[in-house]
Amino acid sequence: MLQVEQIDVVIDSKPILENVSLEVADGEIVAVLGPSGSGKSTLLRAIAGLVDVATGDIEWDGKTIVAVPPHKRGFGLMFQGYALFPHMTVAQNVGFGLKMSGHHDIDAEVEEALSWVGLEGFGPRQVDSLSGGEQQRVALARTLAPRPDLVMLDEPLGALDRNLRQKLVTDTRKVLEDRAVTALVVTHDRDEAVALSDRLALMREGTIVQIGHLDELLAHPVDDWVAGFIS
Amino acid sequence: MRRVRWGWVAVAALPVLFIGYFFVYPLIRILTLGLAELNVGSSGLEARLFRVGWFTLWQATVSTVLTFLAAAPLTWAVSSYDFRGRRIALALATVPFVLPTVVVGTAFVALDWTESIGAILGAHVFFNVAVVVRTVSTLWARIDPRLQEAARVLGASEWEVFKRITLPLLRPAMAAAASIVFLFTFTSFGVVLILGGFRYATLEVEIYRQAVTFFDLPLAATLAIVQMVGVTGALYWYSRYQERTAASWTLERGTNLRRPRGRARVGVLVATVGTLTALAVPLSVLVSRSLTGPFYEALFREDRVVGTPIHSIRNSLLFAAVAMALATVIGMLAATVITGRVGPLSRWFDLTLMLPLGTSAVTIGFGFIVALDWPVDLRASIWLVPIAHTLVAVPFVVRSTVPTLRSVPPQTREAAAVLGASPLRVWREIDLPMVSRAALVGSAFAFVISLGEFGATSFIARPASTTIPTMIFRLLSRPGENSFGMAMALSVVLAVVTAAVVMAIDRARFGELGSF
Repeated sequence: MLQVEQIDVVIDSKPILENVSLEVADGEIVAVLGPSGSGKSTLLRAIAGLVDVATGDIEWDGKTIVAVPPHKRGFGLMFQGYALFPHMTVAQNVGFGLKMSGHHDIDAEVEEALSWVGLEGFGPRQVDSLSGGEQQRVALARTLAPRPDLVMLDEPLGALDRNLRQKLVTDTRKVLEDRAVTALVVTHDRDEAVALSDRLALMREGTIVQIGHLDELLAHPVDDWVAGFIS
Repeated sequence: MRRVRWGWVAVAALPVLFIGYFFVYPLIRILTLGLAELNVGSSGLEARLFRVGWFTLWQATVSTVLTFLAAAPLTWAVSSYDFRGRRIALALATVPFVLPTVVVGTAFVALDWTESIGAILGAHVFFNVAVVVRTVSTLWARIDPRLQEAARVLGASEWEVFKRITLPLLRPAMAAAASIVFLFTFTSFGVVLILGGFRYATLEVEIYRQAVTFFDLPLAATLAIVQMVGVTGALYWYSRYQERTAASWTLERGTNLRRPRGRARVGVLVATVGTLTALAVPLSVLVSRSLTGPFYEALFREDRVVGTPIHSIRNSLLFAAVAMALATVIGMLAATVITGRVGPLSRWFDLTLMLPLGTSAVTIGFGFIVALDWPVDLRASIWLVPIAHTLVAVPFVVRSTVPTLRSVPPQTREAAAVLGASPLRVWREIDLPMVSRAALVGSAFAFVISLGEFGATSFIARPASTTIPTMIFRLLSRPGENSFGMAMALSVVLAVVTAAVVMAIDRARFGELGSF
């Protein structure tokens, strides 16, 4: 279980996150929804350990992790724009995390991870030969392959066109559910957030405004902005 | 909660210690020596300073102007037209620039053109034409042709288009080329030492003469300070200018070269053939005169005064290999720190590392003999030669690797970290494979720089550590047709080895070799 407790993040002396708290239960998928620039990606980066937390605490299964460097947290983060390694093949990309953790049977694990996203046989391909949708799925497979405790997806479908998004929303949700992973998804798209997650956290200007299931938010929005954003 | 980045400290330690002890500390010793013993009251000193300083400034300015004039026709041809042999013409025009200054000096001596200001200016133009051609043409060929067409439609003649549209747009590249040529000629050493005789001396040559010939170290230190002030001023002006004119207009991605037709064809032909012929003369004369006697065989014979000339080749190759290895390791560590996003510290680091490039090689060599007697006396060590070469070469390794490291999106490294790669592992798996090609180019540059380095080496080379350039200078300094013949033969050998390595670099490089 992930617990974010009243964290502040300051970058270049500008406050980006203020007093953010959030819980994600085991096996739960939470979507962080908000307009661009509201601090959603920074929240993921703080949880991943890529930015320092100024105050507050982040705990995993009751233990604080703020002092743990990113490569030892055992989380998965799928980056906006995917950040695939351009000098490696699909298989090398997907197998990278396994290699880092000293796995032995990397090839079989890679092929299995590729099968989760429907890309069997894509291993030897170069990443720059892939379409946008294929890159998205390679990035997802790379994130899931080491079987991380927590999966974080930053605008997982942001770079794709409309038709493809609709198909991949369903596919991505299915992959996450099949693995029964604990996940945190960041998006600015209300429909995508609803389709991908169990609970929604609405974020604005560096703070979380309201958290809850869609019907709760629709029934009792804390203010007009929330009501407007999710309806 | 900030984690202390001990990793960065470890990575930065070697470059910092190296530059600190072998560059910054000697510079401080020169400053204290020069300022402590400076005797401004004596009119003789002032007159000499003024004379040398004025000559340095004057010849650098005239050399820069002449280089632009000489480079103009070829620059125009390769920037505007796509013609058969264009790439080869560009490559051939670059040959003089990569030659060691000692070779250029010897080639002009072979023209029987010494102890004259004409020879110095001629050699400077010969050496620097490529800087102007390559820097300016890279930008010129990419100017959006619609700008020129728009001006034509609005009633401008071809000449007016050039004057009012093309030339103003080329200003940043011209300023860059002018600063580089000015800096090279302002700090010119080998060429002036060989061709200037006793009549002409730049600050560089005068520092050498005062320190090595007359052993007047305080005066040499004073001259070195004057020199540093001049160079820093030029660099400062250039960086200010660059900031003001930082590309504010869009460039075409590709080039816009046309096929030459009619009168333009004749123009392109004359410009290309004329320039290349002029550049070929000194080298052809050098090669043909080196073959007029048994000079190559003589290189293998022991000489009681200068030793066996061929041994200098062995020394040079050994030093070049050591300097290349050192410069590659230090340069890549430094580049990692510079691109590591640690804020203002990395900017300072970048600037400090570039200083050896701005400081003259002579000052580096002079600094070694002034300062490296502490904590142990290293001044007689033959390893000072490759260390000096490393100092000169590190900026080149840094410059060739930093752009590639910067082009690696930070997300790529973050993705690797999140997937479990430690910082060291990220460097090995992500940075190293991506930068290896650029690093190879930087290493090869370091090798070539070491082979041709003369300014610093002339201070610190001992008989046992004579390099090819210092051997050539020794042979040139000795009267007699046979010595001169051997100097020419050795120059040809050095030119061939250098050209071979540079051609290998050019093949390994992708894109234009447009930036220096």
